[in-house]
Amino acid sequence: MKTLLNSGQLNITLQRLSHQLVENHLTFNDTVIIGIQPRGILLSDRIVKMVKKISGNQQLEYGKLDITFYRDDVASRDIQVPNDTNIPFSIEGKNVVLIDDVLHTGRTIRAAMDALLDFGRPKKVELLVLVDRRFSRELPVQPDYSGHTVDTILTQKVVVFWNEKDGKDEVILIDKL
Amino acid sequence: MSLSVKHLLGIKELNLQDIEQIFQTADNFKKVLQRPIKKVPTLRDTTVANIFFENSTRTRLSFELAEKRLGADVVNFAASNSSVSKGETLIDTVNNILAMKVDMVVMRHSASGAPWFLAQHIDASIINAGDGINEHPTQALLDAFSMRERIGELKGKRITIIGDIMHSRVALSNIYCLAKLGAEVTVSGPPTLIPKHIASLGVKVEYNVKKALEWCDVANVLRIQLERQHKPLFSTLREYALYYGVNKSMLDSIKKKIVIMHPGPINRGVEINSDVADSKQSIILDQVENGVAIRMAVIYLLSGKREME
Repeated sequence: MKTLLNSGQLNITLQRLSHQLVENHLTFNDTVIIGIQPRGILLSDRIVKMVKKISGNQQLEYGKLDITFYRDDVASRDIQVPNDTNIPFSIEGKNVVLIDDVLHTGRTIRAAMDALLDFGRPKKVELLVLVDRRFSRELPVQPDYSGHTVDTILTQKVVVFWNEKDGKDEVILIDKL
Repeated sequence: MSLSVKHLLGIKELNLQDIEQIFQTADNFKKVLQRPIKKVPTLRDTTVANIFFENSTRTRLSFELAEKRLGADVVNFAASNSSVSKGETLIDTVNNILAMKVDMVVMRHSASGAPWFLAQHIDASIINAGDGINEHPTQALLDAFSMRERIGELKGKRITIIGDIMHSRVALSNIYCLAKLGAEVTVSGPPTLIPKHIASLGVKVEYNVKKALEWCDVANVLRIQLERQHKPLFSTLREYALYYGVNKSMLDSIKKKIVIMHPGPINRGVEINSDVADSKQSIILDQVENGVAIRMAVIYLLSGKREME
């Protein structure tokens, strides 16, 4: 087991990602943020809070997307009970920032884009992730904003702990046997 | 996380956790059904056969819509215009359908227990869409789901089921389902239509419909199943309507507002009057709407069992 980011480093990374978002989207008038259930929400909650503070836009539109029904492996793994999807605004013609904690094979993001397009036709979709496990992609998906890049092999696993849910802020790399 | 069963044959075999899981999943499918695009690609690799040996409007349409909105391929089979009339057996019929690479079977049959029999002989998952006078599990699930939507958690709530308890698979599945959810159940109707030992299922019996209505939070009114009654069990439909039919003046004489349900098809003026069926207290059409979401949830949750065998 190896610590990739400790609590202090994680906070600096989140600050940087939030500033990058504001740099590109300024007031967030035409931009919405959508977190991917379940673990991406913990990241997007933090990012949204910081972006609101930096941009001064308190009305920032923020939704949650569950991709369970869009997975491409429904029959081959244990069936999952879905989480809530809550997108209480139109994404038609908007810039959408998709947020997830770890980018690995790219299949979750593929499913998320399919799910997203069932809600309308956004002008542009960007991807923000906290940890990018590069070289393990199975689909051509790349992040627009990445907190931390790490080289891993398939048997390893990246776990992000959040204070709100797990009682500590930390990103670790585990070697599974 | 998946259901404890491979088939949905009856509510009797489900546990509370299964029911909660189906409800939670149905909540999410209900949201999908309210979107402009009411479809998800979850089961695009699945083919479902709807095999109906007995007539149905709501249930068959509801299952077919549920399957299509999950992205599955659907084949429909009605016994009336099939080789069953040439003498083909149930197992042969189903095996022939499965040989065409069908993954899941939804079956309605007039013989009680038919889906259990079938489950012993085929590998595909089976969903019981009603078997004889035994069970109709998806109806009970959508009934409880609709009740919960209107009056909250069902633990400790009082539900009255009125009508042909003897011949109704909806009644039996409802009783099992409500008991697992912790609700109290009373059945009401003419003594000839209430099975003798029904109390052994933990329900109360009240022959006076008005008293049964006064006692409850929700009344589920059932149809008189004339097609299953081979000898007269009450004198006339008019007399039945007079003593056991639910009408507006009866509901108005009760101090509280109770919720009225009916699984359909309704015989207006017999078990329920139009002024009740079409009133604000009635959630009959909500039941139909929720039926699709519940069936999507059941099909989805059973679909994962295939590869585990």
